[in-house]
Amino acid sequence: MENLYLMMAPLFSTKLLLVLFFGTLFGLILGVLPGLGPTTGGALILPFTMTLDPLSAIVLLTSIYCAGTYGGAITAILINTPGTPAAAATCLDGYPLAQKGEAGRALGMATVSSTIGGVFSVVVLVFFAPLLAQLAYEFGQPEYFALAIFGLTMLASIGDGNPIKNLIAGAFGILISTIGKDFMTSIDRFTFGINELSEGIGFIPVVVGLFAISEMLTQSTLLDQVFKRVALKAIKLPSIDDYKKTWKTILRSSGIGSFIGVLPAEGGTVASLIGYAEAKRWSKKPEEFGKGSIEGIAGAEAANNAATGGAMVPTLALGIPGSATTAVILTGLIIHGVRPGPDLFREQPEFLYGIFGSMLIANIMFFVFGFFGAKIFARITLVSNKLLWPMIFAVSVCGTYSLNQSLIDVWIMLLFGIIGFFMRRYGFSLVPVIIGLILGELVEGTLRQSLVIFEGNWLMFLTRPIALTFFILSLIALAFPLLKRKKIKND
Amino acid sequence: MNNVQNKKRANKSRSPFFFTDSFKVLSLIIIISSILLIVTFTFDIVPPILNRGIQPATFPKALLVLIICLTLVVYILSIKFPWKKEKKLPKPFYITLYNFILFIIIAKTLDFFLAISVLSFLISYFWGERRIKALLLVSILFPIIVFVVFETILGLRFPPGIITNIYYK
Repeated sequence: MENLYLMMAPLFSTKLLLVLFFGTLFGLILGVLPGLGPTTGGALILPFTMTLDPLSAIVLLTSIYCAGTYGGAITAILINTPGTPAAAATCLDGYPLAQKGEAGRALGMATVSSTIGGVFSVVVLVFFAPLLAQLAYEFGQPEYFALAIFGLTMLASIGDGNPIKNLIAGAFGILISTIGKDFMTSIDRFTFGINELSEGIGFIPVVVGLFAISEMLTQSTLLDQVFKRVALKAIKLPSIDDYKKTWKTILRSSGIGSFIGVLPAEGGTVASLIGYAEAKRWSKKPEEFGKGSIEGIAGAEAANNAATGGAMVPTLALGIPGSATTAVILTGLIIHGVRPGPDLFREQPEFLYGIFGSMLIANIMFFVFGFFGAKIFARITLVSNKLLWPMIFAVSVCGTYSLNQSLIDVWIMLLFGIIGFFMRRYGFSLVPVIIGLILGELVEGTLRQSLVIFEGNWLMFLTRPIALTFFILSLIALAFPLLKRKKIKND
Repeated sequence: MNNVQNKKRANKSRSPFFFTDSFKVLSLIIIISSILLIVTFTFDIVPPILNRGIQPATFPKALLVLIICLTLVVYILSIKFPWKKEKKLPKPFYITLYNFILFIIIAKTLDFFLAISVLSFLISYFWGERRIKALLLVSILFPIIVFVVFETILGLRFPPGIITNIYYK
C-alpha cells in the first residue's frame, strides 16, 4: 500500500508532471522523426538533466523512452519508414492498412496496444525488479562478472545482424572503456600522451557520435529518397470487432515484450519482431499478415512498448542495461550519483517507485497525446532533412561540449560518427558498442577483483553456482544464433 | 544450361578477393587491432605487490586478440557467403565529411560558434536548400538559440573566439 502511494507521488508533484509532459512530448517528436529516437534523444537531453534533481532527470529520460518507442509507429504507418528500429515490424502491416485508407484505424490500434503493452510492462517492473534485486544480494564480484559476461553474450543475438559482428562491436565497446587511467593502478592505457584522455572517453560523445552523427552521414546518402505519405484524417479508436480479434495478441505480445525486455542487452526491436511473428503464428488468418492485418500491428506495438518496462528491470535491479536506451538512462543515474542495485531498493524506495509511477503516467500521457495529436505529430515528418540535421548537429556539438567543456569530446563525437556510419554500412550493429562501453568497467573490475579473491585461480569461478549458471546461459546465448541460422538453412 | 553458363560467367567476373568490401573492411580492423595490440606492450608493468589480479595491459590485450580472431572468422565466412556489394557513396556524403574537417579547423582557429554556423549553412546548402530565410534560420537563428539556452540553462562557457569574445565582452 505504501509502495502504491509512492508510485502515485508524481501525480501530486507539479514539477514532475511538467517534466513528464515535456518528456512525453519530446519523446513523441523524436520517435516520429526517422533516424532519431529515444536513444539519441536521451543522449542529447542528458546534459540538460544536470540542472534537474535525480528523480526529475530520470523521469524525463524514462518518459522520452516510453513515448519515443510509441512515436516510431506513427511514421511506420504513414510513410512506411520506422521512426525507431523497434517500429520496423509495424511497417509490415501498418503501411498497407494505411494505403487502404485506414490510417486512422491503424494508428488507433498502435496507440491502444502500445499503451496496454507499456502499462503491462510497468506492472512487471514493479513486481520483478525488487525480486531480482533481492537475488542480487547473493551476488559477489564473481557473480557480477558472470552476469556481465552473460549480458555481453546476449549481444550476439541482438536484432538481425551477424552474431559474430555483434560480438566484435561489443568487444570494441569494452575496449573503448579501457581508454584512460586504469582504475586500479592508475596506469595510462591508450592515452597516446593526450591529457584529456586520461579520464577516459565519456559516454555522451560516443553515443551522440554513433547515433546522431552517423545518422546524419547516413541521411546525406539518402537525399534523393522520396517518401510516399499517406494522408491521415483522424485517428480512430479500434472497434469492438478489432478488440475481439486482437485482445489475445495484445496480451501475448505484452508478455513476450516484457520477458524479452528483461533479458540483458535485448530490447524493443527484438521484442517487436518476435511479438509480430507470434501474432502471425497464432492468428486464424495468417495470410492477411503483410497486407494490412490489424493483429500484426497489435502484436508488434504491444511487444515493443512492453519491452520498455522489462528493460528497466535489469537496469535498476542489477545495473545491467536491458537495451540501448536504458544504457543512456543508466548513464543518467550514474551521472546523478545514483548507483543501481539492491541497495537502491532498500535505501531509496521513494526514488524507485517514483520512476515506476512516472512510467505508468507516461504511458497514459502518450495515449492522450497520440490519440489527439497524431495528426500534428505526423506533420513533423514534413520537416525537411536539409533543415533538421544541421539543427541536430548544432545541438549535438553543444551538448557534447557541455559535459566537460572540452573540445576533445567534440572531436571524439565526430570520429565516432564516422566510425558508426561505416559500421552500419558494413552490417555491424551499434547497440553492442554502447552496451560494451557501459559494461566494460564492470567486466574488467569484477574480473580483477574476483581474481584477487581467488588468488589468481580462474577455475574457482566454476565453484560458484550462480556464476556457473550465468556462464552456462552465456554459452547457450552464444550457441543460439548459430543454431537458429542452421535451422533456417535446413528449412 | 544457360543458367550454369551465367553462373560461371558471374563467378569469373567477381572482383579479386582483395578488392572486395569484406577484405578491405576486415583487413582494416585487423591492422588497427594489431597496432593497438603492439601499443599494449608499451603499458607500464605494475610490480607484483601493487598488482591486483592481472596486469593493466592483460585485459585490453585479451580483447584485441578476441577482436582479431572474430574478424578472421567473419572473413572466412565472407568467402563462403560474400557480403552484398554496397553502392558507391554519393557526393553529399563526402561534402558532409569535408565540412566536418572545415568545422574542426574553424572551431580550433577562429570561433566555435562561427564553426557551427558555417557548417550548418554549408550542409543545408549542399543538401539542396536554397531558400535564404531557411538558410538564415539554420545557420544563424538556431545556433544563437542553442548557444543562449546552453549558456543560461547549463551555465556553459564556450571556448574563446572572435564572435564568442564579443558576446562575453
